[in-house]
Amino acid sequence: MSTYAHPEVLVDTGWVASHAKDANVRVVEVDVDTKAYDEGHVPGAIAWAWNTQLCDTLIRDILPKAQFEVLLTQSGIGNDTTVVLYGDNNNWFAAWAFWQLKIYGHKDARIMDGGRKKWLAEGRDLDTAPAKPAPSAIPYKATEPDYSLRAFLPQVQQAQKTASAVLIDVRSPQEFSGEILAPPGLPETCQRGGHIPGARSVPWGKACNDDGTFKPPEELQKLYGAEGVSQSKPVIAYCRIGERSSHTWFVLKYLLGVDNVVNYDGSWTEWGNLVGAPVEKGAAKPAGQG
Amino acid sequence: MKPEHFSERKVDVDGWQVNLTTYQLGDKWHTKADNVSPGATLVRIVADTREDAESIALARAKKLLSRTQRRA
Repeated sequence: MSTYAHPEVLVDTGWVASHAKDANVRVVEVDVDTKAYDEGHVPGAIAWAWNTQLCDTLIRDILPKAQFEVLLTQSGIGNDTTVVLYGDNNNWFAAWAFWQLKIYGHKDARIMDGGRKKWLAEGRDLDTAPAKPAPSAIPYKATEPDYSLRAFLPQVQQAQKTASAVLIDVRSPQEFSGEILAPPGLPETCQRGGHIPGARSVPWGKACNDDGTFKPPEELQKLYGAEGVSQSKPVIAYCRIGERSSHTWFVLKYLLGVDNVVNYDGSWTEWGNLVGAPVEKGAAKPAGQG
Repeated sequence: MKPEHFSERKVDVDGWQVNLTTYQLGDKWHTKADNVSPGATLVRIVADTREDAESIALARAKKLLSRTQRRA
């Protein structure tokens, strides 16, 4: 069996159980459902709320650099700390946090393979009292944002017009086709349903095994390779608000080693609300058909 | 504290797939219902028994899912 391109970014639950309280390790839970942490979490883990702490709460954007530095400093994270992220839904928002850590240049970020689900399924210890680490003595210093990891609307529009990138839509088949405008049970957040013309459909969850861990490299290569992902063409991943696509971005960049892959976090809530934006409806074409 | 009796199963709720995750923590049962694709949590319930936790979660999930409109 081959290995992931960057196996160092994954740790298993056993590693976390042994190292969660190491001085140079900070474990952070990032959930879709921000109440999950309170129910019980990895001993020593802190929590970041994606909807208040990992975004700009005034304008729609990722966390501004200055606030990112404050968050990490207050979390007891220094520039050399090993940050291990995990969360519910097979690490959806853990990947979102990982993406932002890389945008701001954090060197040692890792994801606990299998996330919260695997930890629970294995019956591992849980703490209910929130961890309260002391802030770092030396303030965290982020790099300037690395936007080579992020796609903005003009880049996506250009890529769509010229077919210069592989667009990977990681939402569900029903969202892709336009049958529904939001994940079942959640509020509709766009005016139009469908997908960006030319996009390929690879729902994010296909990258995971039933236990929440990532599929082996051969399976991932087969899955994405069949949809045109390779080193020869840039890849843009998108979903509804950019968090599911950060999961796929992580898989492509760190597990498969695709160099030129970006996360379009504007995603369908941007594209599907744009006046005049081209939209395609209908089910995904079989792999290999354009 | 350790979670016990972890289980996961998929059920159909009015044509939508719902994933029920249940486990016991101490003397309480915790159930989470998510919408499978994409997997976002619909409800999270704590109750005294597995049956109560799952039935309440399913009832609330059903109500939420009824708001989702299918389009042609």
